[in-house]
Amino acid sequence: MNATTLPTTARVRRTRATQEPAWVRWSLIGLTLAFLTLFLFVPLILVFYEALKKGTDVYFAAIIEPDALSAIRLTLTVAAIAVPLNLVFGVAAAWAIAKFEFRGKNLLITLIDLPFSVSPVVSGLIYVLIFGLQGWLGPWLAEHDIKVIFAVTGIVLATVFVTVPFIARELIPLMQAQGTEEEEAAVALGANGWQTFSRVTLPNIKWGLLYGTILCNARAMGEFGAVSVVSGHIRGSTNTLPLHVEILYNEYNFAAAFAVASLLALLALVTLALKTMVESRITQPKENANEHRSA
Amino acid sequence: MSIEVRNLSKQFGTFAALRDVSLEVRSGELLALLGPSGSGKTTLLRVIAGLDVADAGQVLFQGEDATDQHVRERQVGFVFQHYALFRNMTIFENVAFGLRVRPKDVRPPDAEIRERVHELLKLVQLDWLAERYPHQLSGGQRQRIALARALAVEPKVLLLDEPFGALDAKVRKELRSWLRRLHDDMHITSVFVTHDQEEALEVADRVVVMNEGRIEQIGTPDEVYENPASPFVYEFLGNVNLFHSRLHRGRAWIDGIEVDAPEHAEAEELAAVAYVRPHDIEVDRVAQGEAALAARVTHVLSVGPIVRLELIREDSEDKNPIQVEISKERFRELQLVRGDQVFIKPRRFDLFPNRIH
Repeated sequence: MNATTLPTTARVRRTRATQEPAWVRWSLIGLTLAFLTLFLFVPLILVFYEALKKGTDVYFAAIIEPDALSAIRLTLTVAAIAVPLNLVFGVAAAWAIAKFEFRGKNLLITLIDLPFSVSPVVSGLIYVLIFGLQGWLGPWLAEHDIKVIFAVTGIVLATVFVTVPFIARELIPLMQAQGTEEEEAAVALGANGWQTFSRVTLPNIKWGLLYGTILCNARAMGEFGAVSVVSGHIRGSTNTLPLHVEILYNEYNFAAAFAVASLLALLALVTLALKTMVESRITQPKENANEHRSA
Repeated sequence: MSIEVRNLSKQFGTFAALRDVSLEVRSGELLALLGPSGSGKTTLLRVIAGLDVADAGQVLFQGEDATDQHVRERQVGFVFQHYALFRNMTIFENVAFGLRVRPKDVRPPDAEIRERVHELLKLVQLDWLAERYPHQLSGGQRQRIALARALAVEPKVLLLDEPFGALDAKVRKELRSWLRRLHDDMHITSVFVTHDQEEALEVADRVVVMNEGRIEQIGTPDEVYENPASPFVYEFLGNVNLFHSRLHRGRAWIDGIEVDAPEHAEAEELAAVAYVRPHDIEVDRVAQGEAALAARVTHVLSVGPIVRLELIREDSEDKNPIQVEISKERFRELQLVRGDQVFIKPRRFDLFPNRIH
């Protein structure tokens, strides 16, 4: 009996010895919870409360109103173009950076990070300066009757720019950690390029890729700054969901603004749920990968 | 299948990994590329496989130029130091991979693949692990699976890059003799890279000693150990003692002891270094004639059948300790303890004139 109880008490004592006193623990936890409540939970609940305050009829009316539907459609279209583009670019860039040695590699990594460090409004302005009527390519575009600024094309471009880092950034460290040996083994066994990618590389990065895609999608649908500069806020034509929320709010149409905002909030919640699910899958292969390397 | 490389050179930036390397691997032999890290041995192996491309030179398989052939077409089995098993596939699928990626017209039917994979898994004695994933296996098991995977495509040559480098000493020894037996059964031309001289000497038919991108010596384990061609090989293969010497018209003075050196008949007052293996030094309590060096015993290690002594020369400038190995019987006869005076004489030695810088 003694033999079995002894180690347990020893362990309990050891953990206590290395822990902070109870009041430190509880005040840290309390502080974190208070902060989260104040700045995250309350606003989130408020969005839904304000949206539904005047009843579900008003709520649904605000959502199925033609301009709102058009905004939803546009947001989905933009995401449907921007996310696949960045998916391809992200995988290609991560592949290049992680598996090859070349000059200017660090510069490329820095460039991929650029959209993170530049204010979205500035990136929107860059597109206006390039494609706008007074911009570098403006006259040429006008001549050929191509509209980029204040049109869907511009919105897509701005969104692509802002969301570039998400997938590449997620994949680069993952692929670097995995190295190139498995690919070399596959090729030595006779696999061609596509077989190597689809059977070896892709399965090894699939969770990281999904994780990056989810974040990329959330940002693509929620982007405000860059899109706001290039869109021109034309109702029913170049308004995305976030822009539509702003317009409704500026018109003191609070119930409708919050109703549309609640859609974006829902998107955020779904994203979070997916992200958590993927994260739990991602940490398992990572652990295995470490074990695989260290053994 | 024989392999031949001719005048291979390869630079990584300013680092020359291979400098004009030529080598022939005979059909069916097990060859070791031995050298310290940075000696170019792994690069040579990767160039043979086609995973790296040499800046200059040729690779020939069975007399046919394969220099421009893609890895895919060379039909080599490559085993990586860190196994490189596909982590997302079961052990079965890992071994089956090489057969599954074949073009449709040459791909064996599923039943045949299954049979072949199980055959190979039995060969490496790990049939019971077929449904596991690589991360569930120990290092030694993974390396055996990596070997089975490489053999699945029936390669013409087997190339192994430090195959046992990441394993602990005991597993390493087991796998070493297992590989030797496997090779004796299959007779597939094999080249393996190692920095462990014991491993190379124990397993290989022939050993290629490499240093700084060049081949220092090629020979059977006996040849390279007993007759090292250069000071580097001497120092790299086993322990060796260095004695300052002088050469003059077929005579040599090794730390003052005069001996015959007929192969240096032309030498005129040449400074040289004598290389003597620890077991090629005679130890006596009394001086046998005048051709002996006085030394003092500073350390005795008498565990095992061989007794290791560490000696310091008494009347020499050189205070580097001398390593000597004598049999247990000889040790009992001499009854040596620390602090005793002894007289030593090199029994066999090699003289290398100092390089002129």
